[in-house]
Amino acid sequence: MKVIVNGATRDVDVVSVEGLVEQLTTARRGVAVAVNGEVVPRSSWPAAQLRDGDRVEVLTAAQGG
Amino acid sequence: MFGESRLILGTGGAESLAALEAAIVASGTELVTVALRRVDAAGPGLLPMLDRLGMRILPNTAGCYTAADAVKAAHLARDAFETDLVKLEVIGDERTLLPDGVELLRAAETLVADGFQVLPYTSDDPILARRLADVGCAAVMPAGAPIGSGLGISNPHHIRLIRDSVDVPVVLDAGIGTASDAALAMELGCDAVLIASAVTRAVDPARMAAAMRHAVEAGRLAFGAGRIPKRYHALASTSDEGRPAW
Repeated sequence: MKVIVNGATRDVDVVSVEGLVEQLTTARRGVAVAVNGEVVPRSSWPAAQLRDGDRVEVLTAAQGG
Repeated sequence: MFGESRLILGTGGAESLAALEAAIVASGTELVTVALRRVDAAGPGLLPMLDRLGMRILPNTAGCYTAADAVKAAHLARDAFETDLVKLEVIGDERTLLPDGVELLRAAETLVADGFQVLPYTSDDPILARRLADVGCAAVMPAGAPIGSGLGISNPHHIRLIRDSVDVPVVLDAGIGTASDAALAMELGCDAVLIASAVTRAVDPARMAAAMRHAVEAGRLAFGAGRIPKRYHALASTSDEGRPAW
């Protein structure tokens, strides 16, 4: 399945948001996810299923004023 | 809300995490801003360092140009950092980075209804500040001058008018270039200042952070002490009484 993660197309073999986040970062605190422009709360990550073509943003803390 | 130091430190612009950490410690701050960016670009280490120092996090919505984007960014930040605090930024254009008042007010209203403690980065317009307070913002954060400009407080009279026209804390945000600017903000009655570039981009960030800490404290003391009124002619400090005749 192909999804667009942080602007780049990726072939993924995971089906949940939780699985995708685990591939990108080991951190949990300070991480937030949006799929197709909608916030997916952390509590929903295990149940939230990815679909082919989804646009996923996986975000975390960065320096900023 | 912003701690005893009355100094919120913005973490943007630091050359390294080590330099940022030294500045945070020297500033005495308890509350620092962070942005949300893509994990592949953000780099690790910032949050663990802030946690280690016991900092509270004030997430910002930097880079948002519409109310809808800022509301989304705030919700993502709340999920990431488990805080209701948000520094609400809705920028009007890239050149000035000044806030878009219409979008800002709209976003503030939505986020207050969603249960956030909204700290909006606003212009030095007293009427807009009042409108933001009226919709339930937890504080207002007027710009002294454009972000990163270091120009100081362009219109001190408006900052004072804002102080007089809202019942929520006023935090001078943006424009501070050096310690005297921070002191002036506090002398005008601001409850706190938010400083980023002036510290993180100084030649010696930790030393400037210490200077800001003292400036904020001095300005606050001076405000509380009640300064003498300005006058156009001299007023002798030595009494004429008992003056000898030669």
